[in-house]
Amino acid sequence: MIAAHLPALQIVLPLVAAPLCMLLRRGNLAWGLSLIVSLAALLIAALLLNQVLETGPISYAMGDWAPPWGIEYRVDVLNAFVLLIVAAVGAVVLPYARRSVAHELPESLHSGFYTAFLLCLTGLLGVTITGDAFNLFVFLEISSLSSYILISMGRNRRALAAAFQYLIMGTIGATFIVIGIGLLYMVTGTLNMADLASRIPALGENRTVIAAFGFLAVGATLKLALFPLHIWLPNAYTYAPSAVTAFLAATATKVSIYILLRFFFTVFGPAFAIEELTLGTLIIPLSIIAILVCSTVAIYQGNVKRMLAYSSVAQVGYMMLGIGFDTVNGLTGGIAHLFNHAATKGGLFLALGCIVLRLGSCRLDDLAGLNKRMPLTAFSIVIGGLSLIGVPLTAGFISKWYLVQAAVERDFWIAAVAILFGSLLAVIYVWRVVEVMYLRPAPEGAAGARSEAPLSMLIPTWILAAASIYFGVETSLNVGVARAAAQFLLGVQG
Amino acid sequence: MSGNGAILLSLAIPMIGAVLIALNGQRPNLREAITLGTAGLLFLNVLTLLPSVAAGDRPSATLVEMLPGLPLAFEVEPLGMLFGLIASGLWIVNSVYSIGYMRGNNEQNQTRFYVCFAIAIGSTLGIAFAGNMMTLFVFYEALTLSTYPLVTHKGNEDARRGGRTYLGILISTSIGLQLLAILWTWQVAGTLDFTVGGILSGKASGPIVGILLLLYMYGIGKAALMPFHRWLPAAMVAPTPVSALLHAVAVVKAGVFTVMKVAVYIFGIDLIRDTGHGQWLAYIAAATILIASLVAMTKDNLKARLAYSTVSQLSYIVLGAALASSWSVIGGSMHIAMHAMGKITLFFCAGAIYTATHKTEISEMDGLGRIMPFTFGAFLIGSLSIIGLPPLGGSWSKWYLALGAAETDQIVMIAVLMISSLLNVAYLIPVAARGFFLPSPRHGHEALSVGAAAAPKPGGIQEAPLFCVVPLCLTAFGCLLLFFFADPLYRLIEPIALP
Repeated sequence: MIAAHLPALQIVLPLVAAPLCMLLRRGNLAWGLSLIVSLAALLIAALLLNQVLETGPISYAMGDWAPPWGIEYRVDVLNAFVLLIVAAVGAVVLPYARRSVAHELPESLHSGFYTAFLLCLTGLLGVTITGDAFNLFVFLEISSLSSYILISMGRNRRALAAAFQYLIMGTIGATFIVIGIGLLYMVTGTLNMADLASRIPALGENRTVIAAFGFLAVGATLKLALFPLHIWLPNAYTYAPSAVTAFLAATATKVSIYILLRFFFTVFGPAFAIEELTLGTLIIPLSIIAILVCSTVAIYQGNVKRMLAYSSVAQVGYMMLGIGFDTVNGLTGGIAHLFNHAATKGGLFLALGCIVLRLGSCRLDDLAGLNKRMPLTAFSIVIGGLSLIGVPLTAGFISKWYLVQAAVERDFWIAAVAILFGSLLAVIYVWRVVEVMYLRPAPEGAAGARSEAPLSMLIPTWILAAASIYFGVETSLNVGVARAAAQFLLGVQG
Repeated sequence: MSGNGAILLSLAIPMIGAVLIALNGQRPNLREAITLGTAGLLFLNVLTLLPSVAAGDRPSATLVEMLPGLPLAFEVEPLGMLFGLIASGLWIVNSVYSIGYMRGNNEQNQTRFYVCFAIAIGSTLGIAFAGNMMTLFVFYEALTLSTYPLVTHKGNEDARRGGRTYLGILISTSIGLQLLAILWTWQVAGTLDFTVGGILSGKASGPIVGILLLLYMYGIGKAALMPFHRWLPAAMVAPTPVSALLHAVAVVKAGVFTVMKVAVYIFGIDLIRDTGHGQWLAYIAAATILIASLVAMTKDNLKARLAYSTVSQLSYIVLGAALASSWSVIGGSMHIAMHAMGKITLFFCAGAIYTATHKTEISEMDGLGRIMPFTFGAFLIGSLSIIGLPPLGGSWSKWYLALGAAETDQIVMIAVLMISSLLNVAYLIPVAARGFFLPSPRHGHEALSVGAAAAPKPGGIQEAPLFCVVPLCLTAFGCLLLFFFADPLYRLIEPIALP
């Protein structure tokens, strides 16, 4: 009975809990409710993925209005996987959030924080699960608006400017997406994605469809921060509260990439999107530039949080590169990297939050001698860093292995070299931090006592750090599902 | 089959040892006892594999399937058996030496030192026993990372700079070139399992073989083929036991071992010979041999001179692979053992001299041989073995390498080997000669006037601690033994060179 309604519950639970958090007023109560909801969401996501792997795609008609007239929630391997990523990160970040938020935000904002957090979670999950194009836009706005709120809560006043910048850019992106959806509706008269997919080929060479495609592509790349549309991201990540940065870095761009995948491969179909409109010739060079330029920029950052933000833009480049290749291996690498990077970067931002809690800063120079003061946190950064580089036995290696393989089999030597060269740039920016943490003595006065972050923050950090290792060795979940999703998107039988 | 357990134990023992060492950081004596116990146990464990491998068996084990078709798998073949025995055997001697050295010099962070050391040895055995190129690569990177804290042990600016060069070159060559080559091989051959006769033979031809060979040879930065050799001298900022075991035995030998594995099991020596791509590799190796020897002559710092000597000697092994004949492969493989024994002796001596007198420059070592006769005696024996004179082990490997060059009509390479021996004489013998025959500088002024025979040392013999001196005598003796008992080595290697 309940099992049949899991797709609806996935959204309804956090959506209903969000206003309740506001009513609870007390920060701790709101936190408790959010935690329960986020764990329930993770459970539901895991059950959905399991169900999809066993029985194939699930279609759920909202309010029993049959698609394509009513809103359909449609869960297949791809979005079940993304749901799991989002829900898992949410469930890991929330236990962490209590101490971190208590430290970084004034008491009066706490219940508001959890409300916005749950709304953001709702929005991201909603975008992922829905099979209706306009519903997707609605959820996208829910997640965007709540993330503007979350970012603006950063304690540095520059967070306001960062949130505003993101608001402007994000709204442009969302508007482009809704224009694209509108144009599609104009020529097909439907908003259901499966329905759209079946009607678009019949239209043939239609200029409106091409315009819709253009709007959707630009809107989505803006939201996912593909170079050169990434300028909102570094500021937003740098000034947001630590828990928010970790959550958004691990989920928001990933969901945007999902939107792109969904429209390119399901609605328009790879034949149209990549082959006919030769989107690969645009995406691949931009991705390569993203990898090389943003990794280089990351090397010169004095603030570790900002450094990781630039690294995120570079990592988005890897994912988009895999999509641009338009092969099973390429998509497997790209989609697996959604998961792997979520674990890695999420863990790194959580570790930075621990540092902010104890040292009040995450400037590179302040990290000197961190291995003496916070050895566990420092070591989790090393592990995350190794995964960013893509050292074997870490999750990052697995995705790069598939990406390079895809590049080699398509004779894209420049891309193969760029991926590997990006790893070398990562070595530089990661090792700058490692050297400071381990080899530079702590400044006078600050040295001495060990002051590790509380366990409620340390354990989530280490869960994600351990995941970066675990999913580099035992790859049946990340690679297995990513491969199934890639084959599903390209219509190839495994 | 009992081999499975022993293989996995060879990885597990050092790791468990590392954990125990870390837990007993506050009790130095217990901690060192654990190191020694782990080393002994590991060697015995590796030794249990020897009979079956010598009998022609290939014990194997699989850990996990990392990617579809690419498991972390192990298979012990003769070359890996040899390398595993050397690394684990010398670890025992080296551990004894480390205790003497680290305590004698009051080094900081000794617990971290022993922990990383154990992990590094575990990674080395992972390389030695790897059953496919992927597994080898995984442990290759693990070795690089676990030795980084050892190289930067001192934590000062020099160490940081050395560490940067070390990591920079090793990581960039392995990710930038080697990984690319591995992926390409996977694409072309569809497998990465080490197979007798080579997995690329019959699958690849023409220029692809050449490009792949180039990617592999430079991708294996640990083999220190010029111009990617800078990391090795940079690594000399490490404490001497690290230089001794890791940068004369484990790390660099992991490099040339990988070169051998790639030549024999990935390409197959027939492919390398028939396509003629071994030719240019042989010239690069020859150039490295000679240039590094020349550079070594200009170095006054003993460890730096030994480092360049290592760079030069490593290319003997690469040359063995490049010549791609049965004799040269045997010679190259034997040189892994011979050079290891000789060079570890020399590094032990360098460390003993430093511990006893705090001298690092060769020009300051005049007359030291008379107060440290055992150390300088061992140094002389080690030098002679490196040069390749009988009755020391090094002569065999040079003999077979020269035979290999003759077999393939590469007369130039014979000349290179001979010139290199002369250069070795020129830069190694003066160290021992200065120690024994030149007057000590403390009495320099009178000595010049009175003569070398004068100036007896006050206090007589002042050797380094016993923990330092005994190991270096043992390894020097080992060089001698390897000459008289080279036959088992030959028999072990034979099957891979003469299938």
